Amino acid sequence: MPDTAEKKQKSLTLAIATLCQSVGHSILSFLQSIGVLTIFIGKATAQCFIPPFYPKLILKQFIDIGYYSLPVVGMTALFTGMVLALQSYTGFTRFNAESAIAGVVALSVTRELAPVLAGLMVAGRVGASIAAEIGTMRVTEQIDALVTLSVNPYKYLIAPRVIAGTLMLPILVLIADIIGIYGGYIVSIYNLGFSSGNYITQTWDILERMDVLSGLLKAGAFGFIVSTMGCYHGFNSGRGAQGVGTATTYAVVSASILILIFNYILTQVFFS
Amino acid sequence: MTSNSPVAKIEMQDVKKSFGTKHVLNGIDLTVNTGESMVIIGGSGSGKSVTLKCIIGLMQPDSGSIKIDGVETTHIDTKARDELMGKFGMLFQGGALFDSMKVWENIAFGLIQGKKMHRDEAHDIAIEKLKQVGLLAQTGNLYPAELSGGMQKRVSLARAIATNPEIIFFDEPTTGLDPIMADVINDLIKNCVKDLGATALTITHDMASARKIADHVAMIYEGNIIWNGSVNDLYDSGNSYVDQFIHGRADGPITKHVDFKAQN
Repeated sequence: MPDTAEKKQKSLTLAIATLCQSVGHSILSFLQSIGVLTIFIGKATAQCFIPPFYPKLILKQFIDIGYYSLPVVGMTALFTGMVLALQSYTGFTRFNAESAIAGVVALSVTRELAPVLAGLMVAGRVGASIAAEIGTMRVTEQIDALVTLSVNPYKYLIAPRVIAGTLMLPILVLIADIIGIYGGYIVSIYNLGFSSGNYITQTWDILERMDVLSGLLKAGAFGFIVSTMGCYHGFNSGRGAQGVGTATTYAVVSASILILIFNYILTQVFFS
Repeated sequence: MTSNSPVAKIEMQDVKKSFGTKHVLNGIDLTVNTGESMVIIGGSGSGKSVTLKCIIGLMQPDSGSIKIDGVETTHIDTKARDELMGKFGMLFQGGALFDSMKVWENIAFGLIQGKKMHRDEAHDIAIEKLKQVGLLAQTGNLYPAELSGGMQKRVSLARAIATNPEIIFFDEPTTGLDPIMADVINDLIKNCVKDLGATALTITHDMASARKIADHVAMIYEGNIIWNGSVNDLYDSGNSYVDQFIHGRADGPITKHVDFKAQN
């Protein structure tokens, strides 16, 4: 009998040791990946400012990341603005505050919804395609080939995407602001029977420069997050098709989560 | 190197590299002289590719010394590394052609981006190199995805030699090609290296290819060079590991060792 008790004790100790080991291991690998990511971001950011630059490649990324994201970001903004007007109307009629709709739409869109939703949509569209493209280049040794041809892959592949992401997202969000407010306007005028002049004046009166500006600064940060996450996961992609698939998933998921986290942090910083 | 002998083109001394607990290179010593064609043979996972990547600088060895033209390269800065890369050309196993660029742009890439040559001038050189590897000038306007495997290898070879490198690395140049195309590529490699007067370092497990392009052969096994000599001595090396490998036998010291390890 004491023999089995001892055995039980032993297996318990072993189980605890294994648990500690796996917890420790995952914490270590987490810290390690943060270190690797920090070095990566440092190198990538440095290459954005050190000449020579590749203007043609940057322009191409402007078009890929900015121009081609316009339809999806525009649609998102339009319907968000429309539904926002509809929902606020339902709520505000209950205490006779219909006149606040224009302000609610304008503030929500510029401060919050346009940057976050545009960021998330671009994370899905652009982050995934960056990770898949660079991941495939890693897997097929094209990145190694760049190095052997005396070209720095951080400068040639990553810097143009990071520059384009950081500069294009604010422009996209500015357009999304306009389209989103217009969406609210359409619903209020044609569906809820507001007068056009009143709606525009109310929107104009309530908006302050900081509302729009804070949204654009957020957008810049989100653009940086999306492009660096796409590049980082693609650059460190595992082998084969599975490696590229995993890299793409991680790029989108990590960018989306980071956008939501930094949205809170930046809001706290701007409006406290 | 003693003072009375010329400086070796590539000299590796006691190079070690591990990934986690796995020791891939256990102290590689290898010397390649100027103008010589060295072929490293060895099975999959023996450390061939890692050796090659350490020399080029795509990987950093854990310890040991790698000298190119007598200059230590294991701890040089990025700028010196970029300059060093100008001496190198590399043919990758899968070709590693940039699929977003046309064939001629691929070949001219090192000239335009690396050596800052004008596009028109680089285009002319690219077409010339394309002819040198036996392809038509029109091929230059196609994209790599439109080419067959053998043609991609040729384009990749043209890209490797476009900058007239002093040292050319070949990573399994004949893998994935039919025997005839493999021999064509071997001939091209031999001629290109001779025309340039370059030093060549090839890793392969294709013995026909090794026999054809090598001056010297080194066999790598479990991260060590276990045999090194002239290609003429390869078939009477007296080394049972080498014999098993070059004749492609299932039974021998290499597989015995594997079984022994598996049992433990």
